[in-house]
Amino acid sequence: MAPVPSKLYSDDVSLLVVLLDTNPFFWSTASLPFSKFLSHVLAFLNSILLINQLNQVVVIATGCNSCNFIFDSSSVPANPNLENGRMPALCSNLLQKLEEFVTGDEKLSKEVLAAGIGSSLLSGSLSMALCYIQRVFRTGPLHPQPRILCLQGSPDGPEQYVAVMNAIFSAQRSMVPIDSCVIGAQHSAFLQQASYITGGVYLKPQQLDGLFQYLSTVFATDLHSRRFLQLPKPAGVDFRASCFCHKNTIDMGYICSVCLSIFCKHHKKCSTCGSVFGQAQSDGNSATDRKRKTPET
Amino acid sequence: MHNGTGSLPFVQFKPIKNFTSPSSVSCIGLVGVLEVKPRPKPYAFIHSILGFSLFIYTSMNDMEHRKTNDGEGRRLDGEEEEEEEDEDEGNGRGLDAWERAYADERSWESLQEDESGLLRPIDNKTIYHAQYRRRIRSLYSSTTTARIQKGLIRYLYIVVDLSRAASEMDFKPSRMAVVAKHIEAFIREFFDQNPLSQIGLVTIKDGLAQCLTDLGGSPDSHVKALMGKLECSGDSSLQNALDLVHGYLNQIPSYGHREVLILYSALSTCDPGDIMETIQECKKSKIRCSVIGLSAEIFICRHLCQETGGSYSVALDESHFKELLLEHAPPPPAIAEFAIANLIKMGFPQRAAEGVISICSCHKEAKVGGGYTCPRCKARVCELPTECRICGLTLVSSPHLARSYHHLFPIPPFDEVSLSLLNNPHQRSSRACFGCQESLLIPGNKPTLCVACPKCKQHFCLDCDIYIHESLHNCPGCESFRHSKIVSVTEE
Repeated sequence: MAPVPSKLYSDDVSLLVVLLDTNPFFWSTASLPFSKFLSHVLAFLNSILLINQLNQVVVIATGCNSCNFIFDSSSVPANPNLENGRMPALCSNLLQKLEEFVTGDEKLSKEVLAAGIGSSLLSGSLSMALCYIQRVFRTGPLHPQPRILCLQGSPDGPEQYVAVMNAIFSAQRSMVPIDSCVIGAQHSAFLQQASYITGGVYLKPQQLDGLFQYLSTVFATDLHSRRFLQLPKPAGVDFRASCFCHKNTIDMGYICSVCLSIFCKHHKKCSTCGSVFGQAQSDGNSATDRKRKTPET
Repeated sequence: MHNGTGSLPFVQFKPIKNFTSPSSVSCIGLVGVLEVKPRPKPYAFIHSILGFSLFIYTSMNDMEHRKTNDGEGRRLDGEEEEEEEDEDEGNGRGLDAWERAYADERSWESLQEDESGLLRPIDNKTIYHAQYRRRIRSLYSSTTTARIQKGLIRYLYIVVDLSRAASEMDFKPSRMAVVAKHIEAFIREFFDQNPLSQIGLVTIKDGLAQCLTDLGGSPDSHVKALMGKLECSGDSSLQNALDLVHGYLNQIPSYGHREVLILYSALSTCDPGDIMETIQECKKSKIRCSVIGLSAEIFICRHLCQETGGSYSVALDESHFKELLLEHAPPPPAIAEFAIANLIKMGFPQRAAEGVISICSCHKEAKVGGGYTCPRCKARVCELPTECRICGLTLVSSPHLARSYHHLFPIPPFDEVSLSLLNNPHQRSSRACFGCQESLLIPGNKPTLCVACPKCKQHFCLDCDIYIHESLHNCPGCESFRHSKIVSVTEE
């Protein structure tokens, strides 16, 4: 591609990375059918590409067993035969890849898992999105402004808490806002924290039939223009922690100074790292049960 | 008729100190003295002023590479007014900027030779990656499967040497300015990685150590103190600094890790007593002292670091100094006897509703909305993490704790993929980097160097490797495959 002269890269060129939730456990019980949802999203993606000719869109699918890149608007369309006259190449490319991904994802589902049923791999797709954005940053001083949009319906998987928080802090450092549009029935605490910490917008639309309108009025604006708009503000983000012993949300608790586990009552010994409290240790206690304990929000 | 009333200054010009760069000439103001001609007419003055200023401007633009110590001044043709110029010598070195580039910056060091002896520019990317691999290997060499305990709650004192040696100009503009600038970046990085820790600043000047800021958990107060006027003079005394820091660090709770980071520019230390005793006392109080030297390696610093278990390094230039300084931001491996494990009582305040008016306890003024409410005494605080001023409870939010979790659950370093494996035509997965989808093949379908995660076996490019280990702390491959995650958990 010929290099674009610098004055075309104005402030409002954006790179939008969309994380699309394709978890079949969620979509089978959702109020909005997946096909209608896709039509809203495809129209939205087309409108993003129309707003500015330099805008880029990347779509990553979040499945329940795997994640993968589905669509990249800046890559050269390889197969002209996909234009079958009924819909543009963008849509047919995307839909074909999405179908391949969903069938592949289903094959990976081996047996019913006790942990994490019904949740999709948000941490995986967030990590892939951030790696792609870093690649865009490396291309030089002229690059579009990146942001991430999560279209999530599945509930939060508590085993992903540490990975999601790592991704959020990395996005905060690179100044990439994470917007969230929650399609599911309940609010997502992970995405509320993500949008609050990174400076993005969190929205749970009340009428899913009008999803395209929500998307195009709230999430289509680029970062430069957001200063002039009144976007939905977070109502109240709950930053309280849950204790490790009972999983209750607590106001005041006790923190182990070694491993930062949270307890609601005073204990003699930390159950995560095995350190005994209140006395000097003779050697570092490397406990046997030191696997990845999942602290919850 | 000679005008005896003296010269009227109306056009003023004062040459700028260094004429050597043409860009500095364009914003010139003119100071000088014009001798008034007989028969003055107002318009003639104006014409002569304008003509004179234009002439000066254009003639100076033509001048390049002038020496600043040209003593006889400039003789401009045209107007015969005498101009007196103040030519300051600048720093008296008598060198132009282009000469200083050779004397000070040693530009020949940035060239490299390839195998046939031809010059080529340095390939920064592979050097950067090689440095990063060395660092990771040294960190992980002894800890392949074991998890090292790290001191997450740190109380760090930064000791800045403001003696005479800190005004040396081998770091531009001076050692003191460079140190102040990088300490500010270090403080922000430190609080980013260790949100529950506290920093204090101490300076050494005229042989005395003074506390610049107290131990605190908010970066703004420290940065403000650093941006204030700092002057250097006198000798440097290592013992006084250690005594002062030792006194302060004895008062902190027992679960905290005590650390001192000394940025030492001087080549000597003038102490009132026996510094070896002070070092032994620091060792007994379990204070870990590290030193970053800016001039040369000194035995007493080496001895101090060895005795207390810290690290000693000497910076070669500004970028090296920044690298060495930022190495102290992540928590060091903790020696178990140094800090007693304890349960710390902390509060998790809720954010107050918008529109609520209350008096905040940190600024002592009424504020609307925002802010957090202490769960024990219900006082309002403006930001987290902080200590409630009324009841003394440490207030944090769960993301602050989550910032330290990646120290507890680090991802293993990626292995380099050997080129023989890459050339195998059956390897499909090495076509593109799993994280950023960048192609791993250079033109001609030959594979470039890439790395692979030992758990999920996905291939990543070198830049993704650095980003994943330094900033993201998640392997995209392991996070994107549910079953690989389950396997790794049950393996432990």
